Amino acid sequence: MAITSIKNLKEFSTNNDRFEGAHTLCPGCAHSMIVRELMNCTDDNLVISANTGCLEVSTAVYPFTSWDTSWIHIGFENAATAVTGAEAMHKVRKRKGTLPDNDAPVKFVAFGGDGSTYDIGFQWLSGAMERGHDFTYICLDNENYANTGGQRSSATPIGATTSTAQAGSHSYGKKEKKKDIVAIMAAHGAPYVAQLAPNKWKSMAKGFQKALEIEGPCFINTVSPCTTEWRFDPKDTILLTDLATESLMFPIYEILDGHELNILYRPKNVLPVEDYLGAQGRYKHLFKPENKHVIEQIQGDIDKNWEMLQRREEARI
Amino acid sequence: MQDLKLRANDNRGLSQLEAGFDLLGWHEITQGSILHSFDGDATNIVNLKAEERTYSGYNSYTATVASWRVDKPVFNIDVCIDCQNCWVWCPDSSIISRDKQMLGIDYDHCKGCGVCVEVCPTNPKSLLMFAEQRELGEALSQWPEKKKKEEKN
Repeated sequence: MAITSIKNLKEFSTNNDRFEGAHTLCPGCAHSMIVRELMNCTDDNLVISANTGCLEVSTAVYPFTSWDTSWIHIGFENAATAVTGAEAMHKVRKRKGTLPDNDAPVKFVAFGGDGSTYDIGFQWLSGAMERGHDFTYICLDNENYANTGGQRSSATPIGATTSTAQAGSHSYGKKEKKKDIVAIMAAHGAPYVAQLAPNKWKSMAKGFQKALEIEGPCFINTVSPCTTEWRFDPKDTILLTDLATESLMFPIYEILDGHELNILYRPKNVLPVEDYLGAQGRYKHLFKPENKHVIEQIQGDIDKNWEMLQRREEARI
Repeated sequence: MQDLKLRANDNRGLSQLEAGFDLLGWHEITQGSILHSFDGDATNIVNLKAEERTYSGYNSYTATVASWRVDKPVFNIDVCIDCQNCWVWCPDSSIISRDKQMLGIDYDHCKGCGVCVEVCPTNPKSLLMFAEQRELGEALSQWPEKKKKEEKN
């Protein structure tokens, strides 16, 4: 199977982009960094589907398409369903020998935002994972419905202000915790589940390659800072991702076969979560004296989660 | 759907209407449509560099978002160490890299977000943001000197 070399960044940069510019994603959007990296880490033919969301509306603005591969958009929730249907069809046609090139390797990938993965497309994704199709689902997690004006989703962390969970005199923003989608997907018994971040390009590219290579349903959650709704300067996208991984708000790890957990990145100096929260406008209100307890709660949750991940890694079960 | 026989690059810098797109109205579009990214055979696309490809008029490569920009990144080849950080993190596929070397910026696709400048590790930076209307030579002549490490007292 043809997979391009990723020994170092120079080697990686010899790949020819299959995701074109002049899409209409915001300047500094991390979605396209993640998509480009996925398409550059393999030479195989790709069949991609996308849920409705920023990525879909921005890369297929009639009459233009930014995709140099097969790409389909249908409903808000159906990326997993559509791509598994294509995969089943490909399997049958391969068996019958009716494909133009029977030996050409094809990989099936679905992209979804956090709204369509955590909430609206959850049932369809769960079904596709259970049916065991050979595909990779990548969630571009920007923690809100950014395409429609930044409403809260079940990926929005506690304390963040969104257009439907506004911070003000009676509220500190969203009151509910973020759903642990990685654990839920691992509980499906998927062969490869991971949480990755674009600032660690190598672990991300390796994770993508692993997911494409492994036969069976794979799920990858990627953090994708949203300059519009997280309210930071577009140039700071990578800085924000750095802060997210260094403060362990987004730990980078993988789970194999539903139980074997490996931590892929351990920060040398763990930053306090205030550094990450303070860099974004959506958490500004948490620094008022009356909301200090929310920051403490977030830090406590992060510490507990990191402890849990480390113990699970040690236990090797 | 009508046949858009536009060669790659022909409509760069033009809006869709200026470029001669006769867009269909909402009531004329049939359910489901296919946009072909390339003219002719597209099976070997992964092995072709952008300049070797036969982009169709539907491919957003032939469009431009240059008007989004307020500041533009300017590239100074004398300082560049070809680390390719800008290439891997450019959200708009606008960094032109060939044979492990950074060659320049595709100003038709760059939106001026400034991520490339932030991730540039050289001293002084080999990419800096300048106002859109600045001339390239003028920008390069104002390049800052190498910053010395601050001495510890």
